[in-house]
Amino acid sequence: MPLSTQSQPENDEYILIASLDNVRNLSNILKAISFKDHAIFNATQNGLKVTVEDSKCLQANAFIQADIFQEFTLKEDVVGFQVNLTVLLDCLTIFGGSTVPGVMTALKMCYNGYGYPLTLFLEEGGVVTVCKINTQEPEEPLDFDFCSTNVTNKVILQSDSLKEAFSELDMTSEILQLTMSPSHPYFRLSTFGNSGNAHYDYPKDSEMMELFQCTKTQTNRYKMSLLKPSTKALALSCKVSVRTDSRGFLSLQYLVRNDDGQICFVEYYCCPDEEADEE
Amino acid sequence: MDCVTTGGNVKVLAKAIHSLSKIGEELYLEPVEDGLTLRAVNSSRSAFACFLLSPLFFQRYQAPSDHAFRCKMPIKSMQAVFRSLSSLERSVEKCRIELNSEKNRLTVTLHCKHGLLKTHNLSFQDCESLQAVFDKENCANVLRAQPRLWVDTVLHFPPSLEEVNVSVNGERVWLRNHLEDDADPSRAMMTELCLSAEEFDHFAVRSESNITFCLKELRGLLVFAESSGLPVSMHFDEPGSPVVLSVSDSVLDANFVLATLSEDAHQRNHNNNKADRREAQPAADDFMSDDMDSYLIAMEASDLPGDLPGPSHESVPPVPQSSTNHRARLPSEEEEEEEEEQVNQPPNKKFCSLFFGSVLPASSQLTNQTIQGQEVLASDSDDEKQEE
Repeated sequence: MPLSTQSQPENDEYILIASLDNVRNLSNILKAISFKDHAIFNATQNGLKVTVEDSKCLQANAFIQADIFQEFTLKEDVVGFQVNLTVLLDCLTIFGGSTVPGVMTALKMCYNGYGYPLTLFLEEGGVVTVCKINTQEPEEPLDFDFCSTNVTNKVILQSDSLKEAFSELDMTSEILQLTMSPSHPYFRLSTFGNSGNAHYDYPKDSEMMELFQCTKTQTNRYKMSLLKPSTKALALSCKVSVRTDSRGFLSLQYLVRNDDGQICFVEYYCCPDEEADEE
Repeated sequence: MDCVTTGGNVKVLAKAIHSLSKIGEELYLEPVEDGLTLRAVNSSRSAFACFLLSPLFFQRYQAPSDHAFRCKMPIKSMQAVFRSLSSLERSVEKCRIELNSEKNRLTVTLHCKHGLLKTHNLSFQDCESLQAVFDKENCANVLRAQPRLWVDTVLHFPPSLEEVNVSVNGERVWLRNHLEDDADPSRAMMTELCLSAEEFDHFAVRSESNITFCLKELRGLLVFAESSGLPVSMHFDEPGSPVVLSVSDSVLDANFVLATLSEDAHQRNHNNNKADRREAQPAADDFMSDDMDSYLIAMEASDLPGDLPGPSHESVPPVPQSSTNHRARLPSEEEEEEEEEQVNQPPNKKFCSLFFGSVLPASSQLTNQTIQGQEVLASDSDDEKQEE
């Protein structure tokens, strides 16, 4: 793609400059939400929020707070743009994304505002690569209107216990059914596949259960294909908060600890499967 | 049926299912007084495997009171329950298998650490009893060795090798790769190993013989034997009669019965590689008049109340080996397996399906049906069992 369509700014003209000593602190968390190409970036003084959506039914947000970055300079209150996430991730891992301790890729990410490309300076072992990714008109992210006052049921689990369940889920099942209840079975994942059905039950007093606040028995079905990408976030995370609201919307919040021990969050919202409502 | 097993035995159960998955696509499960039997047979019916887990293997074992329950299911669905062996070892404390006759489901419950409970309700089909009739005690030759010796021996053969040839005399065992008849011996790579009698825990050779059988099933058994550390015995006679590989300890028995290449067929293959399949037909009649040889494997058939109307016997008259007769199978299974077979089975296999005799119902009508069925190679679907 010709870069000449978007003109080159001077160094001091950038409205957003974000630097990281270790690019993995950004690339890892972006991988946790990379299931579609279009990613909406929204930078405020608090940090960076990246949003990816699918089928108007699923939304994933990654939050990277300003203090994760070694430098985070913003000349406007809000800076928004949209880029191809796959391309961005390819650029961020252009040096191979080595996990060898002591070998780190440093990143300086710059943006000069509407119509300009996103410029990445990547450096590893004295070698610098400059990438320019054309930006797109930012779309308006969906508002799932998921507010904590409408939350019916909430549990916080250690991710390890869910990781095992998700790795074993019967993928021939079109849906994942989630039951949360103040009484038995408390927290249940169910699949209905070719060979029969399977239930995974977590008791509320399990050591893996950090918080159990269920007020009402709720059973909702979610499309397996929509939830599948969230396993990437699950794999990275150490804790996960599962919430459902009165409409059956699902919120999954993952607490992710990066290489430097700092904490970031990834959040998935998913609509319940329509058919379940009709039953 | 209700059985509960704990700790390390859960892994043994998982390994048994894993090794049966190397034999066939379906798992035949039958709880009897003596324990829980798990069986599998390959699509050409040239290999049969059976695990018997005795009641002592389980913490609790209850066979169904009416003794009539038996079922089969895709082995993949059972494998999925025990998918991750490492997590089984790490977290599963107890496994319970019970029959939910109301819902017609087999329920496998895994009790894991931290109170996590995994419940799998598996659908199954009613089926006939699958039983091979063999008499390993009367085999002329018996070799028994630690699994390590077998594993180290088999390791030398390339994974692509289909059949292995074993010959014995009073002092030694030779294993070599079996060459296809149409292979050019001057071009093919030959691998040959010689093991002395001292390497074996038990070495009893009463007649020098030379047999050829499929390696894949042996590998399947070794997966199990190695993890359980149990010695593997091999019972065999002359070429053409089955070889029985077995593992046992106080709470379990496993027998893998494999067809061996008959010398007769060998000869015929040399003479006429493209033998017409129909050549094999008269033999079916011969068999009918034969006495049941003790080593023959029989697929016992018994009608179950749950069966669909129509002939339900899964009997296969044995057919001598020829280059093309590996298709001798049930008419009822012909159609559904046709496709798999083309994918999974190399054409022109020489063994297969040969030594499965049948315990035929007395009714001559049924006998006729079996013979007729034999000639029908593309089946009519009347006999087709109901798929789930």
